[in-house]
Amino acid sequence: MLDKVIFYFFAGIAVASAVLTVTRRNAVHSAIFLITALLATAGIFLQLRAEFLFIVQIILYVGGIMVLFVFVIMLVNLDVAVRQIQFARQKWVALVISLALAAQVGLMFWSSGRMPGQGLPVLAAAPADKLPPNSEEVAKSLFSSYLLPFEIASVLLLVAMVGAVVMAKKRT
Amino acid sequence: MLPIGHYLFLGLALFIIGVIGVVTRRNVIIVLMSIELILNAVNINLVAFSRLYGDVAGQVFALFIIADAAAEATVGLGIIIAFFRNRETVLADEMDLLKW
Repeated sequence: MLDKVIFYFFAGIAVASAVLTVTRRNAVHSAIFLITALLATAGIFLQLRAEFLFIVQIILYVGGIMVLFVFVIMLVNLDVAVRQIQFARQKWVALVISLALAAQVGLMFWSSGRMPGQGLPVLAAAPADKLPPNSEEVAKSLFSSYLLPFEIASVLLLVAMVGAVVMAKKRT
Repeated sequence: MLPIGHYLFLGLALFIIGVIGVVTRRNVIIVLMSIELILNAVNINLVAFSRLYGDVAGQVFALFIIADAAAEATVGLGIIIAFFRNRETVLADEMDLLKW
């Protein structure tokens, strides 16, 4: 029961602020609603017992990436863009196609839950007094099985950093 | 505990909202924010299945996706700054330098 309340609380906040992110006219408002959506997702992660990802989501996404977004919104003067038309010309076609995609995937989930004998699995309740150490397990998996992808991700971040500096610096 | 379908439907809803934002908005910064929403929806799916199977590999992949999102945001915003310096616009349908 409490699980349901917590889930619908965070999921409602996440979906509502995602809708507001997409529909707001002012980009700063969009950024703030996106921050709310990401924080609600962090709550979902905590409910799924991914404590390390919960912290990473708040520190890295909300504290890092969103600050970068707000910073660029300040740099790029948006006073003109606020007064122009916000949606592209093909918006109705795009909306219908996106909703058709949603209906397809939703129908797939729904029908797989209805099949006899193989409904959607229920997450097992973990014992409340003895939780597995999440950060340790993530670290063990990250630095043993997934060491090579980890190194590749670090190279990717280096390349992105160099690319961003080159892209944003003034031509002299 | 809840059935995993709840989390899958939440991920689906956020993903579709992000897709609608990408294909309908004109402002490139909001398009980038919608891409962040999409990546976030994928993370919810990965963590839900990681919880279902009791395997932390899903959480490790979610970490990689967060790193990718950071890289994508920095490069994308750098491109936006460079483009704004040249053309004084952030609207996607005015970015037509490669159109004939």
